[in-house]
Amino acid sequence: MQAFAALLERLVLTPSRNAKLQLICDYLRHTSDPSRGWALAAITGDLDIPSVKPAAIRELVVSRVDPILFNLSYKYVGDLAETISLLWPPRPGANRAPDLAEVIETLMESTKAQGVKLVEGWLDALDSAGRWALLKFVTGGLRVGVSARLARQAAADFGKVDVAEIEELWHGMAPPYLGLFAWLEGSAPKPVSSALALFRSPMLAHPLLSKAERLDAHDLNPSLISPADFAAEWKWDGVRVQLVSDKSVRRLYTRNGDDISKAFPDLLEAADFDAALDGELLVRTPEGGVASFNELQQRLNRKTVSPKQMIDRPAMLRAYDILQEGSEDLRPCSFHDRRRRLERFVVSLDTNRIDLSPLVPFSGAMELEKLRRSPPTRDIEGVMLKRWDAPYLAGRPAGLWYKWKRDAFLIDAVLMYAQRGHGKRSRFYSDFTFGVWRSTPEGDELAPVGKAYFGFTDRELVMLDKYVRDHTIERFGPVRSVTANKHQGLVLEVAFEGLQRSPRHKSGLAMRFPRIHRIRWDKPARDADRMEALESLLAV
Amino acid sequence: MHFIRAKHEIGAPASEEFGEWPARAHICSMIRPEDLLRPTPKGLYCPPGDFYIDPVRSGVDRAVVSHGHSDHARPGHGAVLATPETLEAMSVRYGEAFAGSRQLAPYGAITCIGDVDVRLVPAGHVMGSAQVEVKWKGLTMVCTGDYKRRADPTCRPFEVIPCNIFISEATFALPVFRHPDSPGEVAKLLASIRAFPDRAHLLGAYAFGKAQRVIREIRDAGYSETIYIHGAMKALCDMYERLGVDLGPLEPATLEKKQRSESQKFAGKIIICPPSASSTTWAQLFPDPVIAFASGWMNIRQRAKAGGIELPLVLSDHADWDELTNTVREVNPEELWVTHGRDDALARWAELEGRRARPLHLVGHEDETGE
Ligand SMILES: [Zn+2]
Ligand SMILES: [Zn+2]
Repeated sequence: MQAFAALLERLVLTPSRNAKLQLICDYLRHTSDPSRGWALAAITGDLDIPSVKPAAIRELVVSRVDPILFNLSYKYVGDLAETISLLWPPRPGANRAPDLAEVIETLMESTKAQGVKLVEGWLDALDSAGRWALLKFVTGGLRVGVSARLARQAAADFGKVDVAEIEELWHGMAPPYLGLFAWLEGSAPKPVSSALALFRSPMLAHPLLSKAERLDAHDLNPSLISPADFAAEWKWDGVRVQLVSDKSVRRLYTRNGDDISKAFPDLLEAADFDAALDGELLVRTPEGGVASFNELQQRLNRKTVSPKQMIDRPAMLRAYDILQEGSEDLRPCSFHDRRRRLERFVVSLDTNRIDLSPLVPFSGAMELEKLRRSPPTRDIEGVMLKRWDAPYLAGRPAGLWYKWKRDAFLIDAVLMYAQRGHGKRSRFYSDFTFGVWRSTPEGDELAPVGKAYFGFTDRELVMLDKYVRDHTIERFGPVRSVTANKHQGLVLEVAFEGLQRSPRHKSGLAMRFPRIHRIRWDKPARDADRMEALESLLAV
Repeated sequence: MHFIRAKHEIGAPASEEFGEWPARAHICSMIRPEDLLRPTPKGLYCPPGDFYIDPVRSGVDRAVVSHGHSDHARPGHGAVLATPETLEAMSVRYGEAFAGSRQLAPYGAITCIGDVDVRLVPAGHVMGSAQVEVKWKGLTMVCTGDYKRRADPTCRPFEVIPCNIFISEATFALPVFRHPDSPGEVAKLLASIRAFPDRAHLLGAYAFGKAQRVIREIRDAGYSETIYIHGAMKALCDMYERLGVDLGPLEPATLEKKQRSESQKFAGKIIICPPSASSTTWAQLFPDPVIAFASGWMNIRQRAKAGGIELPLVLSDHADWDELTNTVREVNPEELWVTHGRDDALARWAELEGRRARPLHLVGHEDETGE
């Protein structure tokens, strides 16, 4: 438990992805079975233990600590699990500290009521770091800033295997993953999964680069694209998923292998077949059109979904590819053959929740270029190019698939506020709120329209930080407002992927994926863009 | 314990050294503690001796200073009485002319100021730190200044003095503050260096006291490599060495801007700097730095996270909750007064224990740097 607690503590405070990977990897190397498997499951969110309500634990603590002192402490610390772990009074003669496996295995066999009693005994036996770790996972939600994907990557690093191999196995395995670790350590062959509806590692595309950006030989020159070699299809603005139905078991996976079935029971219900499809997850409006990415995001973020949501924002799959049909693995077939199978398959389905992503006919590179620049609708991000003769290969193989994105939108906006970043960035003002000019009866004023916290180099960050400190006019908490008027102000060229109306934002607009493209030290603030320019983008 | 029961043992009589004080005070038949020490906006004031203890503003006539931290030891007083180490720390930090006159009061020596006997007793906080004992007409009051109870290789341990009124600090007076053992915290730092040998480890520590203690504790853990120190640490590290604390090999952590190649020599090394320096561009010159911070506040993860601290080391020079409450039990005063910090929580604890307690709501001893 000690080592696991130390790991969690370090992960919570470590901003860098590589450092996190290294910490988890070190932990897996120095911890034995079955504790490391349980730890991995705790981090990936695959631990299924009866949860203990925070209120029950609060009750425990005030039976031992003066409520006034508890409240003063809780108010100061702000986090319940942390407060309790710190002020839990030591009890002389408590049992020895349990190890992680013991805690989890005991909890799995107990009822909720027994759980509270067990936790109480362990709180006595553990030190404060151990208590914190315990409370974190028994109250649900470890939240240590590590995604399931990152944890699996760490396991792959530990075993020096490709993460795709682990992802394909993942949903057929259960913690504490003894077979997995035996394989990763080289003491046993790769486990064979007999589970149903497994995830298949997806095939990914390379970006198609402009001339200046092309370095590698296999970076395709767009002018060489011919319809004889490549099929083109739209790149839809949703979430790439895999819908798998295997006898009675149905699953929806993200491209990272995260199982999101629980959030989309409506789509799963429609998967009344025996196949594995690759496609784009979208939600519809009640009128039948495709809803904005924002709306999809809101369904994605839920663990469960209400009947009302399923009616208002029904989920659908726009199919790109078919990987398996019945017992036949289609991945070795060419795209040409798979596409024919997919078309036949989708037509045969008795549902309107799954449709076919159409191929985009084109005569040559010029025409394709035009299509990519101005796609017919706003829910298209660009075009995808797939070699007709390519099999479906896991990962990002060279030379077979390309994504050719619509150009980002650009505006010139004025820096208005800056906020300190997180982690390593907390020493800099690195979150920038920017605005554009809007006319009011009193004359022009700046209206904030978005916030960007990347896109700049480390060097530019230092310069931006200095600019903010030198031009602060007001501070409120971690935020500073800077001089921004017609005579003085810093212009930022902001790139973004899309714009939507959003009542939740003050400006009424939600920008997708905004980042600072260039700092226009040279441009006068009065020449920055106006709100009308953004409004016109909405009309597209 | 050192009870040097000799008045005016050191140097000339206090009356000449320690400024002038008023004629013999009027004696009341009923002595109240407030007659001997009372909170005022300038700090704790002693009317019969006409001096302040740790005045929170500069420029009082006479000040008794418990230790050299800037929230207790301010420059510009008329006369200052303190331990020799504290006086040395003040001259290192503020220059020789930090006060009109100074009087050395080694631990245990009794100095008579007016009718009041003043004695400085080790507080275990930083080098030279003292509790201030004042005695007058049979009444004994002890002001702890800042203190801690656990072992510190760079200063004399706290001594318990029986007294009528115990005036305690309360910086960490919340039951969430239970500081772990120091060797375990130092071990975290050394483990991190092993785990990340390519990254510089920037350890923020208050320049006076904490920095030297941390270095000494790192040495005691068996680390003998060069430790790099920020320029702001040098004079005080030199002072500790002069006063007999061996800090091992130290070198300045200076880096020419943009000399990336040179910065690689700091990979896997320990660099000690003031806490504020780790958030400057200076810090960014080091290779992929792990930002660490040695402080009692690091007990609270949220606080570490908010400060962008990747490696918090809970190393405090103040008493934690258990030390505070156990010390009050040990001293067992008739009344507890609480100066700076969480006086609300300590007063509540006293109430539960059936002890008389009085929060003084003294302002001015806020630790600007986290200790
Ligand atoms: Zn102090
Ligand atoms: Zn202090």
